Amino acid sequence: MREFEADVRMDGDTAVIDMAGLLDRSAETVLTVAFADALDRGTGAIAFNFGEVEYINSTGIALVVGSLAKARTAGRQVRAFGLTPHYREIFTITRLSDFMGIYDDEAAALAD
Amino acid sequence: MAILKRRSKSEPVPEPAAPSVPIGEGVEIPEHDPLHAYLLQAGGPVDLERLDLASASVDALKAAGSVLIVPLISQGELLGTLNLGPRLSDQPYSSDDRRLLSNLAAQVAPAVKVANLVKQQKVETQQRERIEQELRVAALIQQTLLPKELPSPPGWQIDAYYRPARAVGGDFYDFIPLADGRLGFVVGDVTDKGVPAALVMATTRSHLRAAAQRSSTPGAVLADANEILVEEIPPGMFVTCLFGVLDVDSGEVVFANAGHNLPYVRRSGDVIELRATGMPLGLMPGMKYDEVTATLGAGEVMLLSSDGIVEAHGPGGEMFGFETVQSTVGQAPDDDVIGHLLERFDAFVGTDHEPEDDVTLVSIRRAAGAAESAAVFAGSEDAPVILADFAVPSEEGTERRIMERVAEAVEAYGFPADRLERFKTAVAEAAMNAIEHGNDSDPSLDVHVQVKAQHDTITVAIRDEGGGSGPVAAETPDIEAKLAGEQKPRGWGLFLIEKMVDEMRTHDDGTHHVIELVMHRGES
Repeated sequence: MREFEADVRMDGDTAVIDMAGLLDRSAETVLTVAFADALDRGTGAIAFNFGEVEYINSTGIALVVGSLAKARTAGRQVRAFGLTPHYREIFTITRLSDFMGIYDDEAAALAD
Repeated sequence: MAILKRRSKSEPVPEPAAPSVPIGEGVEIPEHDPLHAYLLQAGGPVDLERLDLASASVDALKAAGSVLIVPLISQGELLGTLNLGPRLSDQPYSSDDRRLLSNLAAQVAPAVKVANLVKQQKVETQQRERIEQELRVAALIQQTLLPKELPSPPGWQIDAYYRPARAVGGDFYDFIPLADGRLGFVVGDVTDKGVPAALVMATTRSHLRAAAQRSSTPGAVLADANEILVEEIPPGMFVTCLFGVLDVDSGEVVFANAGHNLPYVRRSGDVIELRATGMPLGLMPGMKYDEVTATLGAGEVMLLSSDGIVEAHGPGGEMFGFETVQSTVGQAPDDDVIGHLLERFDAFVGTDHEPEDDVTLVSIRRAAGAAESAAVFAGSEDAPVILADFAVPSEEGTERRIMERVAEAVEAYGFPADRLERFKTAVAEAAMNAIEHGNDSDPSLDVHVQVKAQHDTITVAIRDEGGGSGPVAAETPDIEAKLAGEQKPRGWGLFLIEKMVDEMRTHDDGTHHVIELVMHRGES
């Protein structure tokens, strides 16, 4: 499994954060920087692309929650796509899915 | 002045009291060179200019500009020399000078000797420690691979005895539960010892377990495993191995053999050898393995063994031998073939015996009758099997390794994919909790993991040294408070564990803290 990577790109108004690798404690710095970048760049929604994320643990969940909190403060909507069924279940159990839109793929995530 | 060690270069330097010309490269004085003996006999400073010796060292020293050589001798050994060039003043070395030099040499020589001894001892100690460390690591690898408990299917008595030679073995054995009440069993022997052998053992065991689930017959299992091992095992190493499947209900045993010792079956006093042959694993691709079938009736025993018992030598140099094993098995009491064989073996090799090879014995015996079955095995149907038992230092990030190891241990148990994912998440979270909270991420503290299987239930116990810190409750984290910034975003671990497994229990004995995760296999 690889180290965490996150890159931001714009798709229209939406800032898409493409992530890959292990989303755990070691991902904190990279994710924080990428998220700050996403907040700066656009004015619309922020979409997390979990497609290449291989593993998420509770620390990773905490990082997502933390990012979500910052987005809410900034009045920005957050979406997610590319989660495996297992991690979609975890997002539901933790109620993250109550506060961010979970979509099947990028097209669906950007359609709204 | 310079100190040179015997058989190493000498580096002359200026003499402090009366400076002389520095000399360049060092000169070796090998033992066979006449100068060596000359210096030993001289016992004091020697004028090179007056020396007439057919010696390569003398020539070299003269060429280097040496005029005076002071040998460093300790306990009759020439440790080195002090080589001096001419005095800057061009005066010859006076007798006072020589006396000073002799005294100096007398002081220096023993010090050099001690330094040499210390260095040599360090090297030897390091070597010894390296070897011991490797043996320790190999033994640890191996310990985690051998079954901690023996299976006890109703109506059967399974015993095993294992004694490695010099703390590290090439022998291994394994029991693999299979579908439909069948039990796979393995005995094997890896060539060589140490960590490479232990790793080959680990990989062989793992591939056999996987092949046992995939392939339908023992011959196919060995052929399957052989194809993979041929690629993976280092050249020159191979594994002898016997793989069989016992049908617990009918008593039928089918097995295939890759160069390992043949099994014996004892029925009413007769002991027969079951012959199936095949090439050891890991040598050549495309091997086929014959299969032999036998049925164990009530009271009958099958004995599997390794080389260590047959090839052991007694004090007179004679081998224990196949015939002795066979006849001893025949004479053994019904329910303790292994014990009887070992008694005979220990008597044969004597008390001073240094084990030459690992001894592995596995016996599979069918209960003599319904009454014995009920009496002996009452309650043992519930005996759990330990699938894994290991400890890992508490380093951040190790929870994933623990998760993978546990997942591998339960491979044969056939969790449906989604339940396996939940199970793995719970294990990783519990391990992370143990590492980071229980053991404060201190790598000198271990997290201990045990995976137990009983009927359709897997229990994983994860233990850390963080006992005494009070009961741990998994409260549902308040996500709204966290999103509003009223709480830290963390604290999801224990909650996730509880949601992912069927049951979570914690125990605290003041020193240790244990999380137990219980997961039923569930429907596919």
